[in-house]
Amino acid sequence: MIEMPLVDQEKCNGCGLCVSVCYCSALVLVDNVVTIVETEECSWCTNCEAVCPTGAISCPFDIVIEQSRD
Amino acid sequence: MIGSENMTIEIGFLKSIPYFSGLIPGELDLIKKFIFEKTVQRGDIIVLEGDPAEAIYFVGSGAVKMFKTSADGKEQIINIVRPGESFNDVPIFDGGPNPTSAQAMGPVALYGIGKSDLDVILRDHPRVALNVINVLVGRVRQLVSLVEDLSFRQVISRVAKILLEYAGDGTGPSQRLTQQEMAAMAGTAREVVGRSLKALEAEGVIRIDRHRIVVTDREALEYAAEVSS
Repeated sequence: MIEMPLVDQEKCNGCGLCVSVCYCSALVLVDNVVTIVETEECSWCTNCEAVCPTGAISCPFDIVIEQSRD
Repeated sequence: MIGSENMTIEIGFLKSIPYFSGLIPGELDLIKKFIFEKTVQRGDIIVLEGDPAEAIYFVGSGAVKMFKTSADGKEQIINIVRPGESFNDVPIFDGGPNPTSAQAMGPVALYGIGKSDLDVILRDHPRVALNVINVLVGRVRQLVSLVEDLSFRQVISRVAKILLEYAGDGTGPSQRLTQQEMAAMAGTAREVVGRSLKALEAEGVIRIDRHRIVVTDREALEYAAEVSS
């Protein structure tokens, strides 16, 4: 399973801005609500989160410390 | 390819633009005549930093990224302009060059007004001049807040602290954070968090690996977290 941006469908107002900025067609509007299509093309550019006027999309990062290779 | 065509702007949309709020239908009809429409595609540069300004733009649909390019070619996003909002206001009013570049983030419909036409609108409709003042003072407040972020508080230091606080060792589940959440925690704008992460990555302190922020130099991150005003 590919990690993909998360959508809070309650918050989505169906404006489609995220769809218009997505480089890889990972977002589509279904019945006026944005839906995620899993794709390896998603580079986590976070443009969808950045443009969303209602905070319905989130692109969370895992934060990890790189283990020493020694 | 940037296209330009005759306007089809709806009065309802025109009324929703802060520049034109409070105008009566007759006035909106007159203003409508000065508006031209432009459609651009993803990646198109709408205005280029340093060029003379020719028009003010209002976003009809889509999103536009305003950015500056640093001397070493790095892009710094200043803000994102959404439907109903305007850009290129400052150079249109002061006659100077475009302070930032504007690029379409996807397909974008724009409504523009040329500089000389805007002068006519301002002369004939004083209400618009009052609205412009309201829009511009709002921008001044945003910029003062940004100056405070950039000069007084050392945002990178706060972002570094957040990363240290939330970093797991990669073996168990870790708490995840969006840039929006980091911005709220650091008391700054999302764009500033994005710049801070890029700066830390450029210094080799972290590596952004799709949806993972990997701390590659913990000591350097701790040092960055300690540097504060």
